[in-house]
Amino acid sequence: MIGIGRLGRLTLIGVPFLWLALFFLLPLLIVVKISLADSVVGIPPYTPLVTRDVTGLKLHATLANFVLLASDDLYLRAYLGSLANAALATVLCLLLGYPIAYAIAGARGAQRQPLLFLVMLPFWTSFLIRAYAWIAILEPNGLLNEFLIGIGLISTPLPLLNNQFSVELGLVYSYLPFMILPLYGSLSTLDESLLEAAADLGARPFRVFLDVVLPLTLPGIAAGSLLVFIPAIGEFVIPDLLGGPDTLMIGKVLWDEFFNNRDWPVASAVAVVLVAALAIPILAAQKYLERERAA
Amino acid sequence: MVVLEIVGASKHFGATAAVDEVSLSVERGALFALLGPSGCGKTTLLRMIAGFESPEKGRIVIDGVDVTALPPYARPVNMMFQSYALFPHMDVAGNIAFGLRQEGMGRRRIAGRVDEMLALVQMTGYGHRRPHELSGGQRQRVALARALAKMPKLLLLDEPLAALDRKLRAETRLELIGIQERVGITFLVVTHDQEEALSMASRVAVMKEGRLVQIGSPSEIYERPSSRFVADFVGEVNLLEGELAAGFNCLALAVAGFEKPIPLPPGMNLTHGTAAALAVRPEKLVLSRVLPNGFAIAATVSSVSYLGGGSIVHLVTRQGRALKAYLPGTAAVRFTRGDALWAAWSREDTTVLTE
Amino acid sequence: MTSTRTGGGLRFAALLLGFAFLYAPIGLLVLYSFNASRLVTVWAGFSTRWYGELSRNEGFRAAALTSLEVATLAATIALALGTLAGFSMSRFSRFHGRSLFGFALLAPLVVPEVILGLSLLLLFVSSETWIGWPSRGVLTITVAHATFGACFVAVLVRAQLAGFDRALEEAALDLGARPWTVLARITLPGISPALISGWLLAFTLSLDDLVIASFVTGPSATTLPMAVFSSVRLGVSPEVNALATVFLALVFVLVALAFWLTVRGERRRRILS
Repeated sequence: MIGIGRLGRLTLIGVPFLWLALFFLLPLLIVVKISLADSVVGIPPYTPLVTRDVTGLKLHATLANFVLLASDDLYLRAYLGSLANAALATVLCLLLGYPIAYAIAGARGAQRQPLLFLVMLPFWTSFLIRAYAWIAILEPNGLLNEFLIGIGLISTPLPLLNNQFSVELGLVYSYLPFMILPLYGSLSTLDESLLEAAADLGARPFRVFLDVVLPLTLPGIAAGSLLVFIPAIGEFVIPDLLGGPDTLMIGKVLWDEFFNNRDWPVASAVAVVLVAALAIPILAAQKYLERERAA
Repeated sequence: MVVLEIVGASKHFGATAAVDEVSLSVERGALFALLGPSGCGKTTLLRMIAGFESPEKGRIVIDGVDVTALPPYARPVNMMFQSYALFPHMDVAGNIAFGLRQEGMGRRRIAGRVDEMLALVQMTGYGHRRPHELSGGQRQRVALARALAKMPKLLLLDEPLAALDRKLRAETRLELIGIQERVGITFLVVTHDQEEALSMASRVAVMKEGRLVQIGSPSEIYERPSSRFVADFVGEVNLLEGELAAGFNCLALAVAGFEKPIPLPPGMNLTHGTAAALAVRPEKLVLSRVLPNGFAIAATVSSVSYLGGGSIVHLVTRQGRALKAYLPGTAAVRFTRGDALWAAWSREDTTVLTE
Repeated sequence: MTSTRTGGGLRFAALLLGFAFLYAPIGLLVLYSFNASRLVTVWAGFSTRWYGELSRNEGFRAAALTSLEVATLAATIALALGTLAGFSMSRFSRFHGRSLFGFALLAPLVVPEVILGLSLLLLFVSSETWIGWPSRGVLTITVAHATFGACFVAVLVRAQLAGFDRALEEAALDLGARPWTVLARITLPGISPALISGWLLAFTLSLDDLVIASFVTGPSATTLPMAVFSSVRLGVSPEVNALATVFLALVFVLVALAFWLTVRGERRRRILS
């Protein structure tokens, strides 16, 4: 922009950069620092990194928390469980979301915006409340079971709540809009003449879909999958509300370590491992988005 | 009185020279055209005058003041953008008044000037409309009014007729000329359309690959092109390549395969053996079935294209060279494919090009 | 994509099922908020008693006010920060630390909320230990919400700037406006759909946040999601149904507004380009 000048540029970039450095990057560093501390009784409930005594500065860092994570197989199972749940949720969102996105993209122009709005609306309306709504439906004496018993399909209530099924359902329900939007973005910019050309050359609708539509919407699939998979791994509310005793997800573990066990260093260690694991897909997503933007 | 002077302006983008040592001057009150194919650097030069690009070398002087280092908002130059660039969140009056508000003009004076401008472009009463409510032609008028409102020393127009259809183009061209005469502001038009440049401008500068190749009045550019490029770019032309040789009482051009050399116009100071091209405009060709007096070339008709007001007759000489002749009215109706004709012209109607 | 539709009926069925899935729980909530009976499975007639009980619930009322206060403030800060950030990333293609800045703008959008909450809390605790400030409560929740809100706003602003016609800025400069005037009078109005929907988005996200608020809050501050969460953990409660319906109505209006404004701005722009 002509004439903004160095000071202007510095302000425009610097103000948000400083804020984010202070309230996002620095906190992450602090998490790393505390993951190297010991838990103590007191305020704050962890040992400081650097202390001063008669001999000078002393460094107090320990890897005990990480050793704990590696040795207690609860944490490993929680990480893997989260990965598995998130992956399954991503696949389900893809399978459910693709037809919906396809249908919206195929609608007449004037109908598309309202349809998108209707898809996004549930997302805006407090997912806590929506998760809670599923409890009312899935309870042993909830709506679904009463309905099925009422029409005679079953005689005793199905265990639909507080298990893997309800957790997956909750995840898919919450994250579905995140999959639909990028898919719609890809589908709506699809050049229709490509489909017509394929049909003209003799391809049947299903082949057109497999050979033309699917490959061209790969960016949308990738974006949607990232937007579902990464946050879903660390999801807390859904496993807590809809999950059961054997639902082991890392977000819940972190919360429990922090609020119930009051063990901040271990919670920090859990967070560090989680962020480290997520850093790779996040950086990949960033590279991918920058490339898309440059194109 | 010179209102714009460009001295040795150059600008590179990477390795390519977008503008290469361009110097020109524009007189006050002129309608000056910068003509050239896309990529020739005319738009870059325009943006340098407006202040959106900085030349690496050279100076831009407006009305005696060196503005090279000045930002766009400090120059007494205004531009009518190719896309019009009307501010969508302001109405027509707001758009026109924008520049006036920036210089701190009083509200009442602004309102007066806005009304003046609306009348000038025949858009009186449209002050409260929004840009998206206007047609393309109306938007252009508002863009013009907005650019003229500050009475700049120089008005730049970037491809003003490019977006219009043929009929509207002719009408708008006349209107622009009329407006320019009325306000007396110097106009500098950038265009790739040679018809536009020739019909509107009092002076034309032709650019190619960043360099200025010829400046002159429209008839000079057309009748006396200085290079093959200008001859070919501006209008249709027949170009015959050859070498200078001796002819009957004059210099002539020996073209490979032709029995006799072609007589050249008098006053040429060129040595024998120099490679040159002869440029003849299609309308200067006279076609006849019988061999005329003086110089003529034998050729066969390959096609006749009727254009309404005249025809283009494509011919092929015995040596396989293509010629174009333009015959007005229905004069070409009697010719059909395969006819053997003689093509003749008077040597005063030709130009010799060594570039 | 308009005409090579295969199976219009199939498409309609997909939409119907999809929307049924998305809206069934919401619809049921709204329905049962008017149920005179406490039980979900028994319909005892139409009644607004739960709305009455809700309005008398001091805990929820205080929590709602706190949430609104936090959301308004956080959204406004997020708008300012996000606009600066989005503008910088969009217009300045090279500067020191651009990759890091880009990462810091993207990561909060995808990093799990528990991590955002934990890390911010640890920051506030460390800060309290070092300099005795801040004490956790409304201020810390606002800061946390403003942070991730800014990242969302930045995405919207960047997208809108990408489609913004730079010729408008050049025309303004040409007519004598100085660069900051151009930004204020031409660019910002030009991206106003993104600004409005950005504020509304940040507002909604703040209202809806449970996890981060739970981490960074203090003894005095309870937000509405926190109040609902503790109530819900005890089981299904009809007051919560009423609350949910009120909340839904509010968000519906806000999001519809944001959507309409964005669409209207888009339409205007498309006509002019």
